[in-house]
Amino acid sequence: MSKDIRIKKGLNINLVGAAEQTISNAVASNVYALNLDDFHGITPKMLIKEGEEIKAGEPIFYNKNNEDMHFVSPVSGELVEIVRGARRRILTLKILADKEQQYMINKVPDLDTADGEAIKSYLLQCGGWPFIKQRPYDVIADPSATPKAIFISAYSTAPLEADPDFALRGKEQEIQAAVMGLSKLTPGKIHVSVGKGNARSPFVDIKGIELHRISGPHPAGLVGTQINKIDPINKGEVVWTLSPQDVVMLGELLLTGKFNAERVVALAGSVIKAPKYYRTKIGAEISTFLYASGVTEDRFRLINGDVLTGTKTNTEGYLGFYNNTVTAIPEGDDYEFFGWNKPVFDKISSTRALTFSWLQPKKKYDLDTNTNGEHRAFVVTGRYEEVFPMDIYPLQLLKACMVKDLDEMEQLGLYEVAPEDFSLTEFICISKQPHQQIIREGLDLLQKELG
Amino acid sequence: MALKEKLHQLKLKYQGKKMAPAFNALHTFLYTPNETTHSGAHVRAADDLKRTMNTVILSLVPCLLFGMFNAGYQHYSAINGFPENFSLFEHFLTWDNFWVGVTTVLPLVIVSYGVGLAIEFLFAVIKGHEVEEGYLVTGMLVPLIVPVDTPLWMLAIAVVFGVVIGKEVFGGTGMNILNPALTIRAFLFFAYPTWMSGDKVWVHEAVERAGTADAISGETILGSLAQGSDYSYSLADMFYGFIPGSVGETSTLLILLGGLFLIFSKIASWRIMVSAVIGALAMGLIFNGIVDAGWLPEYSKFYSLMSFPFWQHLIVGGLAFGIVFMATDPVTGSQTNKGKWYYGFFIGFLSVMIRVFNPGYPEGVFLAILLMNVFAPTIDHYVVKGNIKKRLKRLKTATIYPKASDEVDSLKTETA
Repeated sequence: MSKDIRIKKGLNINLVGAAEQTISNAVASNVYALNLDDFHGITPKMLIKEGEEIKAGEPIFYNKNNEDMHFVSPVSGELVEIVRGARRRILTLKILADKEQQYMINKVPDLDTADGEAIKSYLLQCGGWPFIKQRPYDVIADPSATPKAIFISAYSTAPLEADPDFALRGKEQEIQAAVMGLSKLTPGKIHVSVGKGNARSPFVDIKGIELHRISGPHPAGLVGTQINKIDPINKGEVVWTLSPQDVVMLGELLLTGKFNAERVVALAGSVIKAPKYYRTKIGAEISTFLYASGVTEDRFRLINGDVLTGTKTNTEGYLGFYNNTVTAIPEGDDYEFFGWNKPVFDKISSTRALTFSWLQPKKKYDLDTNTNGEHRAFVVTGRYEEVFPMDIYPLQLLKACMVKDLDEMEQLGLYEVAPEDFSLTEFICISKQPHQQIIREGLDLLQKELG
Repeated sequence: MALKEKLHQLKLKYQGKKMAPAFNALHTFLYTPNETTHSGAHVRAADDLKRTMNTVILSLVPCLLFGMFNAGYQHYSAINGFPENFSLFEHFLTWDNFWVGVTTVLPLVIVSYGVGLAIEFLFAVIKGHEVEEGYLVTGMLVPLIVPVDTPLWMLAIAVVFGVVIGKEVFGGTGMNILNPALTIRAFLFFAYPTWMSGDKVWVHEAVERAGTADAISGETILGSLAQGSDYSYSLADMFYGFIPGSVGETSTLLILLGGLFLIFSKIASWRIMVSAVIGALAMGLIFNGIVDAGWLPEYSKFYSLMSFPFWQHLIVGGLAFGIVFMATDPVTGSQTNKGKWYYGFFIGFLSVMIRVFNPGYPEGVFLAILLMNVFAPTIDHYVVKGNIKKRLKRLKTATIYPKASDEVDSLKTETA
């Protein structure tokens, strides 16, 4: 059974440099790295020492607060470096890959007979657990909780984001296995959203899911929007979310017992000469496929993820744990003469204040990283609501987070959101406020105080 | 691009210094800064606060130009009598009229901006934050809502009061509770009431000539109505704005165009404008109804204002100007879309009410807006409360599963 959801509020950001739908194999990377910032709120405890050998899929560290939660190595090789920051906090783990990859093969539970507990401990042991995120707080799921439902968004609306319909083609078997495994973990439903009128999504014929057909502009593809429309989160409730490419990895882990870090990644952005999809592994050096496609200028912003929610990296950086997109856009660190009163034709705007992007909604833009103005206090009202489809007052929630008013944060619905839900309001913000950071800090505070 | 380089060097030189905000304000006026995104979204939309403010100023320029011509037109018409066959180009858009505007209106603009921006810069330097753009619009609004012959020293004092007490003490742009332009207007009204009301302030030189053989009068339509006397302006005059009044508020046509531009550019809230018009019409209709029902004797001092056709309230006095440019101030107005309907409605409703019942000064827009400024947070509070209630209602049907560890604990206690 499928239900239709239509999102009206939002804004599509059409950018130049969408990835062409062909997949190339990226050359194998020498060094693979896990960036600990990808696992928000996790304090790692190392299981192996610098210089030791490790197999692909073998635990490399565990969560200090939950010894059962293992994080595994994407490749086999030698742990060459533990990069530490201030107060010896671990930032990055670098693994020098073997020429011949050796995989650790786990004993798979029988999906038909295994109960939730068995699946849970299997995923925790074999490194599949970190793919499951939870709301509230937008962190890796707490294994002791029982979610009321699990949400998967297989509809991408973020700018230049990889298209799961293309990238995950032919992975139906893995998806089905993952859904069977996940269904043991919740008494509720597994909600999957695909684009409306889309028959080629790998999710359409999967059994055991509640399929939703969604249409509308960004942020229709964000899982938070879908949760809010399908079954909003209340205080005390927990839902889990997964991204579709991670579902595939879980599926393979449950089918074969092998942690296969391979994934298809879209390399996109106006700086890329030949934007397209690459088959590579989690933690691979981005340069292994970046220079295969070529770049058109020397100075650019390389982003692990899409332009709205990704994290900044550089040409020596590594593919993040969760992302399926790498974007490169020009840096915008230049002044513009009378930029604030000239008519603007080459940038996106949500107003019509001598900005003309409303004339050509289909036009593709080449945006750079300039903020187009300075940070100011909140002044204008009513703008965020036009791109924010949830039943939440965005401005009021942001202000509640800024003044650290816990009661109000709860009442206004902070449990329902993740920072990414505020990426579009941040994009159009006239006062150039850091919305995602404000929400992240609010969530951290709420978790710390009420956890 | 030598200028660009030079300014960049200067910016680096001033970085961290006391004068940095003042320099940056001038620098960012010339050049959009080279700042790039640090956290969150890596790309940003084209709009910033300067562009927003600039859009409002653009929509005010026609009113300002009209006000300059009208200053001269009213002045000469009061001396020589109104022309019989009025022609826009022969009698209104003349150099003589414009010159009167240049000598009377332009100084108001200069003093308003000069004093106001000086205070903004001073506070930015003292508090070490950037100069925010809030005053750009306020500085333009102020000369348009005062009588043409307002003494410059009075204006300067009022601007100091309005910016410091109305805005900076609350924390500057974005934090103020009352609209600064209206605070300035209210200060003028209450501090210098003899100057700010009566029939002698609306036309250039009327005060100087009062009591002499050349005395001229320029009563506003509302003033005439309040005294129960007739006025000699046609509906077209009122709509196009060829009437005495504050500098920029007379031309309903140009205000309407400015308002449409603001709605089209999505800068100002159409909800507030529409609901304020509805509110004003509603109150006007009620008053008309009272008169029609014969509840009010004809000798009542409210009679002529109450019997004034309800829709004409929109084209006389400062109501249209207030609705379009002041009620829609996002900082002091209601911040929720639903709240904006209530906020706007009451502004229109109260404006007409105060206008009719205010014995000393037949104008109520600025008082109504200031009053609603105070109540806007209350309106928002109840609107947001509705959302919170909805969420609480949903909470009753929440499906909360016990934690896996809790189950184990409860089992333990049972067996123990």
